[in-house]
Parts: sequence; structure tokens; C-alpha cells
Amino acid sequence: MEKFERPTKRKPEETRPVEAEAGVIKKADGSARFKIGDTEAYAAVYGPRDLHPKFLQDPKTGILRCSYSMLPFSGDGTRVRPGPSRRSKEISLVTEKALLPVMNLEDYPNTVVDVFIELPQTDAGSRCAGICAAAIALADAGLIMKDMVSAVSVGQVRGHLLVDLDGDEEHMDENEAADVPVAMIPSTEEITLLQMDGIVTKEDLSKALEMVKPALKEIAEKQREALKKKYEREA
Amino acid sequence: MSELLAKEREVVVPGQVLANGIDYIPGNGTYRHDDKVLANRLGILSVEGKVLKTMPLAGRYMPKKDDVIIGRVDDILMSGWRLEINSPYSAVLPLKDASFDFIAKGADLTKYFKLDDYVVVKITQVTSQNLVDVTAKGQGLRKLRGGRVIKVNPQKVPRIIGKKGSMVSMLKRATDCKVIVGQNGFVWIEGSPEMEVIIVRAIRKIETESHYSGLTESLKGFLEKETGKKIEDDAPENNDQKVN
Repeated sequence: MEKFERPTKRKPEETRPVEAEAGVIKKADGSARFKIGDTEAYAAVYGPRDLHPKFLQDPKTGILRCSYSMLPFSGDGTRVRPGPSRRSKEISLVTEKALLPVMNLEDYPNTVVDVFIELPQTDAGSRCAGICAAAIALADAGLIMKDMVSAVSVGQVRGHLLVDLDGDEEHMDENEAADVPVAMIPSTEEITLLQMDGIVTKEDLSKALEMVKPALKEIAEKQREALKKKYEREA
Repeated sequence: MSELLAKEREVVVPGQVLANGIDYIPGNGTYRHDDKVLANRLGILSVEGKVLKTMPLAGRYMPKKDDVIIGRVDDILMSGWRLEINSPYSAVLPLKDASFDFIAKGADLTKYFKLDDYVVVKITQVTSQNLVDVTAKGQGLRKLRGGRVIKVNPQKVPRIIGKKGSMVSMLKRATDCKVIVGQNGFVWIEGSPEMEVIIVRAIRKIETESHYSGLTESLKGFLEKETGKKIEDDAPENNDQKVN
């Protein structure tokens, strides 16, 4: 196999630079900003609060409701039409499924926890950034969570496995770059989100999942630091 | 061999390993995974012997029996009032617990509490589904007239009240305002407009700095600077208000 160098000179298992911050939206119960390379996500959490319409209420537990949305000027410059689309609905759903395993809302029957994720800037890996931001925001809201949820994508470009593809890398492959977003609970290494776009062999997929774990744990540390920093800054 | 991996009074975050080994016991806000104890919410760690707990730093108010809270009349029901209590759940003030007066069937309930009135009430019952009943009969429980109500982080209420009410009584002494702090994070303040503004700023200061030591001192300095008068230590307590 020929030698392959990433356009940004990153190592194959290296993520883009990560920035995380908690409590950026003062009126929300919890909020966070998560930036990885040129992809940036804001998340705001409201609740637990009263849930309407009433038929959605669950007397056994509170529910989690996520909404993912890209701002019109995000992306490559072709206006992203606001409002729900097939894609954003799908991502909202998988985000909810990725976060739910760490949450325990049984103490809040008949209520909802709303998570709003907005992306002002996207350059691949936006659902992962959204999940990372949402996890920080949920913790910032003081909710019971057994751990963070950290997410990053892993992909295959021209036969090479690479962690955290950016937009350029996604478009490099003549055929199609494979892109696999992964979300994991760091303490137990349980995977809560695994999607695949493109074609990866079974062996490569297992290799990719092993390769992405250290990156995910690093991201988890960044998420935790962000929460701690919020309470240092106010000194 | 068990070892503690976080310090007492440190800010801990979900999933952080607090201790290794089976000698430590998980308390509120922590859980055991294999032989480790981990935090399951954002909070401040407290170590009591072998028991690890976290004190929450954020989160909404959860109704608890016997809490004295401030509610806003949200709706008038057939036989009572629905109160908004800064919580995921609302409270119901039934007719029989609203007043010592006899309220006849079919009477006009707005004579007692109108929409948007604020009332100091005490929680009499909370069910498993978090249905909340309150009473307005009891010492210090009444409708609030005048003044203003602000919302604070319910987890900071104990700090605003202080040990045996020391913080709130200092605020009252410094500003000559009347203050009632509801456990649910609604705070009622009544006094001269200038002093009300100072007290609101003082409370915001407590909220943001509550997890740091020397809070009382820094707040005393702030109040003395803002009001321009000296605060004597342990002035005779004339607490007309009893806060849990």
C-alpha cells in the first residue's frame, strides 16, 4: 500500500484540535459548546419540565427529546434550509439513542428533558460534535448521568483508516470515503452510536473501532475539563 | 488496597472515578462500577468516613415534604389553586388548606388568591408520581403583597440562607429589606428600591461564588461597600421569618 499523508499532516489516529466549554447559554438549565476542527456545535438543555402534548408523557420515566439543526450559513456555503429535514430528523433520533443509555430520568415521571443542538459551522463529523456538546450540557444541567458520552468519526480513505475525517478527507477518495461515526461511554467502552456510510470490510471495521477508542477517551477528558473549568472561572 | 482519587470539596463530573477499591461506599450522586466508585452527577465531593457523596451544583428543584416554598398562582381549579413552583411539577393548594376562614362551596376563589399572586406555602404531601399538595395554613405562610420575586438556582438556596439563617439575616440587617427564601429557589424581597437592587446583586454573588471559602466575609465587604454602612457581627436576632 502506498504511503498516505493526511492533508493536515495529522497522524491516522489523531483528532482535530478540540475545544469545549460549559455554561455558554445562561438562560438554559445546562449548555455547552464543542468544537472539533472547523465543526462547532452548541447544545442547550431545558428541563426536566412539564411535557405537552400530554399523550407523549410517560408515567414511568421522564423522556429525552433531542433536536439537531444546522444553521443556514453552516456547511459549504450553499444555504442549509432551516427546519426539519430527513437528515436532521434522523440525526436527532440517533443522538437521543446515543445519550439515553447514560441517563436516568426515572425520578422525573411525566416530564421531558429537551436538548437543542445547533451547528454554526460544519466540516464533517457534525453529529459527533453534537453528541459531545449535548453530553456536556446534560451534565451541566445537573442531571443524573452514569458517565459522559463521547463521539468521533472514523473513516477509510483510499484504503487507510483515519480517525476524525474532515470535509476535505471525505471528498478525497475517488470512489467514496467510508465514514463511521462512533459514540461511546468511556468508562464501560459501550458503544451507543454506530452508523456507516460507504463500504468497510468486517476486519477493517473492528480495527477502526479499536483505533478510535483512545481518541474517544481523550475527548471524554476534554468534556470533563470543560465542566470543571466552569466552576474555576467563577472564582 | 483502596485509595481515594479525588479530593474532598473538589468539583467532580459524571463518570469521574472517585475511589478505587471496595472499602469506599457510594452515597448520593455516586455509584459503584466493578471495584471503583464513580460520580453520576456534577457536584462537589464530600467524604464522610468511607461514604462518598456529591452535593449537586445545578439542577431543578424537586419537591420535598415539609419544605417551605414560594409558589405563583398559575390556575384556579374547581376546589383549589394550581401553583407554579419553579420545578418540573406544579403544586395544588386545596381549598381546605388555603385559609382559616370557612370557604363556602362555589365561592369566588379569586377573593383569596388571584392568578399571578405569590404565596408562601408548605408542602404537605408528595406522591410517587410527584403530585404535590401544599398548605397555606401555618406560621409564616401567607400571600405576598408588594416587593419582588427573583428566581435563583435551587441548589444554592442553603448557601443563601446560611448556617441557621446567618446569611439571610445579614442581608436583612444590611439592607433593611424583608426577605423570604423559598426552598424552591423563589426569593421574595421587599424594601426600598435601592436596597432591593443591592440585595438582588448580593444574592447573584452568592449564587456564583457559593462553592468558594470565605463567602460570608466577601459578601459582608460587598454589602458594606454598597450600602455604605457598617454591619455589626451577631446583632440580636429578630427573625420574624423562620426558614427551615
